[in-house]
Amino acid sequence: MTTNRKDPVLVVLQLSGGNDYLNTVIPYLDPLYQDNRPAVRIPEEQILPIDQQVGLHPSMGPIAEMYSRGDVAIIHGVGYPNSPRSHFRSMDIWHTCEPDKMGTEGWLGLAARDLDPHKENVVTTVSFGPSLFRAVAVPGVPVACVDNLEGYGLLTGIASDERRSKILDRFTQMYSPTVGRDWVMDYLGETGLEAMKGADILKVAPGMYSSGVEYADTSIARKLKGVAQVHLADLGTRIFYCDHGSFDSHANQMGMHATLWTEVSEAVSDFFADLREHDAADNVIMLLFSEFGRRVHDNGSGTDHGAAGAAFVIGEPVKGGQHGEYPSRRAEDLQQGDLVPNLDFRGLYSTVLEDWLGLDATPIVKGSFEKPIFL
Amino acid sequence: MASEDIKLMAHLMRRGGFGASRDELEALARQGYEATVEALLNPETQEPSDHLEFLRYHPGFWKTITSPGMGSAPWLYDLINTQRVLQEKMALFWHQVFATGQSKIDHWHEVQNQVDMFRELGMGDYRELLLQLARNPAMIYWLDNCDNHAYAVNENWGRELLELFSMGVGNYTEDDVRECSRAFTGWTLAPMIPRNAHGRYDWGFEYREEDHDDDEKTFLGHTGRFNGEDIIDIICQQPATARFIARHLYNFFVADEAQVPAWSVTPPQDPEAIETLANAFTESNYNITEVLRVLFLSDFFKEARYAKIKSPAELVVSTLRLVGGYEFPAPGIGNLSKEPGYMGQELLNPPSVEGWHTGVEWINSGALMKRVNFAADMVGDVSRPGVAAMVDRLRSLGDLTPEALVDGCLDLMGPLEVREENRQQLIDHANESGALRWGDGNGAGTDPAAERVGEMLQLIVSMREFQYA
Repeated sequence: MTTNRKDPVLVVLQLSGGNDYLNTVIPYLDPLYQDNRPAVRIPEEQILPIDQQVGLHPSMGPIAEMYSRGDVAIIHGVGYPNSPRSHFRSMDIWHTCEPDKMGTEGWLGLAARDLDPHKENVVTTVSFGPSLFRAVAVPGVPVACVDNLEGYGLLTGIASDERRSKILDRFTQMYSPTVGRDWVMDYLGETGLEAMKGADILKVAPGMYSSGVEYADTSIARKLKGVAQVHLADLGTRIFYCDHGSFDSHANQMGMHATLWTEVSEAVSDFFADLREHDAADNVIMLLFSEFGRRVHDNGSGTDHGAAGAAFVIGEPVKGGQHGEYPSRRAEDLQQGDLVPNLDFRGLYSTVLEDWLGLDATPIVKGSFEKPIFL
Repeated sequence: MASEDIKLMAHLMRRGGFGASRDELEALARQGYEATVEALLNPETQEPSDHLEFLRYHPGFWKTITSPGMGSAPWLYDLINTQRVLQEKMALFWHQVFATGQSKIDHWHEVQNQVDMFRELGMGDYRELLLQLARNPAMIYWLDNCDNHAYAVNENWGRELLELFSMGVGNYTEDDVRECSRAFTGWTLAPMIPRNAHGRYDWGFEYREEDHDDDEKTFLGHTGRFNGEDIIDIICQQPATARFIARHLYNFFVADEAQVPAWSVTPPQDPEAIETLANAFTESNYNITEVLRVLFLSDFFKEARYAKIKSPAELVVSTLRLVGGYEFPAPGIGNLSKEPGYMGQELLNPPSVEGWHTGVEWINSGALMKRVNFAADMVGDVSRPGVAAMVDRLRSLGDLTPEALVDGCLDLMGPLEVREENRQQLIDHANESGALRWGDGNGAGTDPAAERVGEMLQLIVSMREFQYA
């Protein structure tokens, strides 16, 4: 595989827990918004309007600014039919594109396999956080899972270099593939070897990095800074994954939702500023999504699980603006009190896969879906 | 080599507890398998832990305002030191099922109180456990039942009770979620006393009749003016609940299964075992100890040696119990309590109400590195009492050929069953330094032979096989 510094790169930021669409991209002039949100409503004067109909949450200032530069595509009404309103199940559906059965292959894992079919680069995909997201997991596809780039490495606690290197040699042999007997052992073997290789590659990134951008002291800022460090180290990583949350705002939504969006907006804005400073922003887009939106009517202090949501695609290459239609808030148009999705998320993925990563989306999302044109 | 008795006992103690030293295994094997199962099932026959001992040494943890990442230290201390190992394992089990997290509660002590409740009730009547869960302040706050009012229903608790705590997706309708939630209106928190400079106050449960929706409800085909207790009664009668608990216990104690959300679409790998456990649940009127007895005495359990990936909590706790040195609340236990989190299981702080993805999903490149690094750091320190005890046992065998050294170490580390080609790798490694000859015995730390044992143990815990429970 040849890599080129300007190969397209995708960063996914998952908003875990179900982000409230109505209070993120706010239909502020719609009387139904006022009616449905007696308690969980953003006052009109605080909303950051982006046109005559909708505005952004007041905590999204840095994203509103990027929007005004034409770097933010807002994708309306994203979801899929028959939302189960379960975090776990819905996130699985988003991760695997399998709404009717249990999928085992993540969409980005499949994309990574197409990008690097011979597994030439174990850091083609880098995931930030202690757990592996199912979206990037496909048996046999390497993913470097990083909690913290500093001190990332195997058996780093062994003080004697000689002993460490002897054990690492033996480790390599013991993790090497044998005639396959069971897939868990094989998975452990691959993961162990990839971890060792990946750590050797990734550990250089923090040392090569310097920047005038000062990220905030939040977990999402730390993750995106790590993404920037790896991207700027030019290690051939094409897919980055991280998350932030929890957006599960059943109660006390006003304060918590504002804090979360402040953290996300600042981190995303700093991240792109960092890339621009290093002339490395023109081949990166970031997708923000959540597993579902929330109920139209509030519950007195928060909002319960809903269906349709909004996604964002951010970066210099995107066609900024709003894409698609905001689903109707009229009572007769709701399903079980929820906004009905009018854009299948697999169409959104298809645009990213085909028009950004240059892959055939059909086998990955398992079908053909209407593609929003934001690239 | 270890006998079958020892291997089976080691299996029982890995699953029903957090492993056991060779001395302990030999004593238990003399006592017999069934007697050991009975001892596990009757924790009152073992000495209780002194839950306050930790706080006497670390008073700063008492209802602390904040202790980022160190709040699970008191529980870790219990996990390492308790003699009532199955009781503690069940507390961990319920913590994984009824996942409640500090990230939102922001009150470590309340999450710990919930775990204490699991310890107390987790081996008893499941109906009682659900009832106390519904009244548990941490849970009420976690799933917003304090915002579930007669005039404004909040369905967070009502939904998760059905989806994640009892029946599982596909066994109820959206209307049932609504009706269930209505029945729990008025189940709320007593007024909270604000924290002060020195710490925080306990939260309490309160039932407010005036905020309870007392109208008629229809839930799973039953109609009545149901309150929360009635809902829990109906839930417990559902065959789906028996199967759900059976699958959870199987997944936790026997062998790794598909993840919970897959259960509505993926049949169990051993349907007969699930049926057996579900029947035990129903026939015993939801008594968890009775289900566990059937489980531990079953062939499907005995035959499931190393059929599971250790959870981070199991890996950390069993390693610490093995190497020893944390029998009294030593300094540094706060840092140790962060270790499971680095591996993807921050105790008292699961990522969401759905808990952790278990089994092979514990493993990814970063987590595997943390697991290997942690265990290698622990067993490589031959001054730790548990490691020194292993060295002493090996020393009692006299000088060792490379093969005898490897087999002796594997035996004491489990007995760990490894692939023949990997055993050969260990032997090749040992061969590089020839036969092991003991020094004059002036303290294990100074004997190069002991260091060689430490190195061999580090290599063993780096193996794939060590990741299995």
